[in-house]
Amino acid sequence: MSKGRFGIHGGQYIPETLMNAMLELEEAYNRYKDDPEFNKELQDMYNEYAGRPSHLYYAERMTKDLGGAKIYLKREDLNHTGSHKINNVIGQMLLAKRMGKTRIIAETGAGQHGVATATVAAMMGMECEVYMGKEDCERQALNVYRMRLLGAKVHPVESGTATLKDAVSETFREWTARIEDTHYVLGSVMGPYPFPEMVRDFQSVISKEIKEQMLEKEGRLPDAVIACVGGGSNAIGAFYNFIEDKKVRLIGCEAAGRGIDTFETAATLNTGKVGIFHGMKSYFCQDEYGQIAPVYSISAGLDYPGIGPEHAYLHDIGRAEYVAVTDDEAVEAFEYLSRTEGIIPAIESAHAVAYAMKIAKDMKKDEIIVINISGRGDKDCAAIARYRGENLYE
Amino acid sequence: MSNIYKAFENGKAFIPFITCGDPTLETTKQAVMEMEKAGADLIELGIPFSDPTAEGPVIQEANIRALKNKVTTDDVFDMVKELRKTVKIPMVFMTYANVIFSYGAEKFMKNCKEVGIDGMILPDIPFEEKKEFNQMCEKYGLALISMIAPTSEERIGMIAKEANGFVYCVSSLGVTGVRTNITTDIGAMVKKVKEQKDIPCAVGFGISTPEQAKKMAQYADGVIVGSAIVKFCAAYGENAPMEIGKYVKEMKDAVS
Repeated sequence: MSKGRFGIHGGQYIPETLMNAMLELEEAYNRYKDDPEFNKELQDMYNEYAGRPSHLYYAERMTKDLGGAKIYLKREDLNHTGSHKINNVIGQMLLAKRMGKTRIIAETGAGQHGVATATVAAMMGMECEVYMGKEDCERQALNVYRMRLLGAKVHPVESGTATLKDAVSETFREWTARIEDTHYVLGSVMGPYPFPEMVRDFQSVISKEIKEQMLEKEGRLPDAVIACVGGGSNAIGAFYNFIEDKKVRLIGCEAAGRGIDTFETAATLNTGKVGIFHGMKSYFCQDEYGQIAPVYSISAGLDYPGIGPEHAYLHDIGRAEYVAVTDDEAVEAFEYLSRTEGIIPAIESAHAVAYAMKIAKDMKKDEIIVINISGRGDKDCAAIARYRGENLYE
Repeated sequence: MSNIYKAFENGKAFIPFITCGDPTLETTKQAVMEMEKAGADLIELGIPFSDPTAEGPVIQEANIRALKNKVTTDDVFDMVKELRKTVKIPMVFMTYANVIFSYGAEKFMKNCKEVGIDGMILPDIPFEEKKEFNQMCEKYGLALISMIAPTSEERIGMIAKEANGFVYCVSSLGVTGVRTNITTDIGAMVKKVKEQKDIPCAVGFGISTPEQAKKMAQYADGVIVGSAIVKFCAAYGENAPMEIGKYVKEMKDAVS
């Protein structure tokens, strides 16, 4: 097997033109990942710029209302730029700087990764271009403006379904055309090696903190950690340091869209099969001839036909469970958390909240659930209002 | 051993690419026959894929047109079987890993052999991942064609040593599509290949005019043209085969 495998998944299925760039990145990452100076700079930026550690908040009203397990929220929504995406962006940008790159390109779905990338690029004085599906540009117009405000150039992608998968394809195409001075800050635990491993390592700060905070607050580990999964970066970040703790249930919530028995879904592990795409072997939503499916979810950030290879592996070996949550359930959870705890979650994170609501009441009162609130929901308010029939535009 | 070597026995080779089923499989069939008549030495048949990440807009759109017509991998096999009744020159598939993987590598290669395909070009299978398919390719006598790029540098030796059929030299950075200028030192790339193995080298990506083709043919054993041909399908639809035939003749004359 080639490098970067998780069971049968992963690998480096990319054009020859990019292979040396991938080797260069691998070399740089291996050189710096255990470098004390690099890690000090990373930690300083996490603390001083991103606002880490993020809080582990006891959701008392939600716990009482559901009447079962004790619920904690990992508040990644409180990070600078409003989501977990900045954890990975800071790491990759520090690496890119050391590699002598001066220009950054990135894909974005909901705009959270694009905004995080544009933000750190502004802070580090690097040129930044973001590729975003045209449909997503319309769904998330405010984020497009934020990226421009931060000095990034936003390219609407019109090819294919004009959503996240096409933005990823287009960013890879752009990288193939200009490699020398450019680093692609891939936003999820997907794509060719070393991205799935590197992005996971940068995101694993989430579970490292959860573990410390949980031991401090409760003196024990949680019974379940729940996170939403598109490509899977916030989920792997929340799971990683618990993988060896076999008693901790790890639950990934995929976007079922209008339901896993419809074509309007993005639930990869629930409806897809193994394939090769976007540089990796993993599960993908596809037809019988391997044509990638035009997936759908109300959440632009989960609207992706694949899943990171490490999740595919955790699924294969049964270490993590992957469930499907519909648009309706996610919207209800979005409203519920806003009303009950005064926290408006990203519609992506609301998928995890929805599943926690489903299982919490059947769990014992001394059991503990941690929900990763991967992002804040301000960006989604207009879309959810429209979903509820209100004529609200940003 | 595949029949690909025959493509390089008639002077410098001209290798046209066409996306199968753009706009119909009947058009593709006619176009292939016209291309053979016009002097094409080997034909690259693109099996459409929904997300062709190595292609520029021209071939991306061809894939969309073909898939809109519900062209499947099985339909393409049937078309090649029909074509093989008359077409003598080597034909290879150009497609993406998932098309083969989802079909089943063994079943795919077996069908290739049966219908008379000689090899395949898979832009998302680099040297490091070729074991995904090369065992099955070897079993059915098909060449898994290696690509080298302007960024390959010291990788060229390793790739060339294990290359089969011919080596596809990618002329420029970026995706497929017409370019006005090709600045890569193709001669140096080809030289590095030949130092390792006596295997034909064909240059592709960005070539569209007879002048460019003539220039590239000085450094390599063949010239590959894709987007410029696909543009005829976009412009003329079902009437494209005649136009493509005229163009191929002009290009073959230029490289000869």
